[in-house]
Amino acid sequence: MQPWFPALLLLSSAAALAAGDPQRGAALYERCGGCHSLAQDRAGPRHCGLIGRRAGAVKDFPYSDAMKRAPISWDAATLDRFLADPQRVVPGTAMAYSVDDPRERADVIAYLAQANRSPECK
Amino acid sequence: MSFFAASRAVNLVEARRAFLGKSGLVLSGTAIALLAGRDVLAAKAGSPVESDVRILNTALAAEQEAVAAYQVGAESGLLQKPVLDLAVSFQGHHKEHADVLARTVQKLGGTPVAARAKYVFPVEKLKTQADVLRFAASLEKGAVSAYLGAVPVFDNRDLAKAAASILGDEAMHWAILRNAVGEIPVPGAFVS
Repeated sequence: MQPWFPALLLLSSAAALAAGDPQRGAALYERCGGCHSLAQDRAGPRHCGLIGRRAGAVKDFPYSDAMKRAPISWDAATLDRFLADPQRVVPGTAMAYSVDDPRERADVIAYLAQANRSPECK
Repeated sequence: MSFFAASRAVNLVEARRAFLGKSGLVLSGTAIALLAGRDVLAAKAGSPVESDVRILNTALAAEQEAVAAYQVGAESGLLQKPVLDLAVSFQGHHKEHADVLARTVQKLGGTPVAARAKYVFPVEKLKTQADVLRFAASLEKGAVSAYLGAVPVFDNRDLAKAAASILGDEAMHWAILRNAVGEIPVPGAFVS
């Protein structure tokens, strides 16, 4: 079973991305607009390039120590867990906002993945 | 923006001005709720106070950005006089929020985050008054969500109450800005 584990993780990430609706996610993403944007660092770090990025890795962004130390690489699965309860997944993170609804999380993640390929993120 | 919406906006500004004496008391009460109760408490690593300070600083950074954003709007030359007054009034609220948040961080033994030397806003997309108001509305909506996330996370319930008070103020900004561009001012029974 062990050799299959990474492959299964990849499959579950892909499935989570596929399940979300990026159009709905774009509307939901407005909730993030107090602190985040795609291309600019604000109170929170930029989201362009988020998928596949290590936690705390945007250059010169003043992350919390907890986020800098978090052993996380952002994909659909890790984002889903983090968005559900950021304070539990990364105790000490500066992010308080959570998304309770799994479908909404999937939509936002699908939007982030799509936005990463948009001209704004090139 | 329609004349009707503009007139309503002006009336709201005038009503707010007339109410300033009373609302000043309310804001002072919020400030007192934030600042009272705990003298300097060391925000020790891993402590609930440190967590509260971190969230307050995130809110402070967003408020500082909002102040800068309204400044860009005010200086854009796109806002007509009655709407400009409204924008400056809202900017004043954000300044008050930032001031009380910074003082509270200090009171709790933390270091308030400094405003950035430069903010990047999508000014190339702001070509009309309505563009500016929609941009401001998007920031207010995001701020409402951010405070909604913060309220249940604060360890100190006084801070949660004060955050809810700021949330209410910024939700009013959001609604009035939506109304000013002809959108349904309150799109639902809940914010999220």
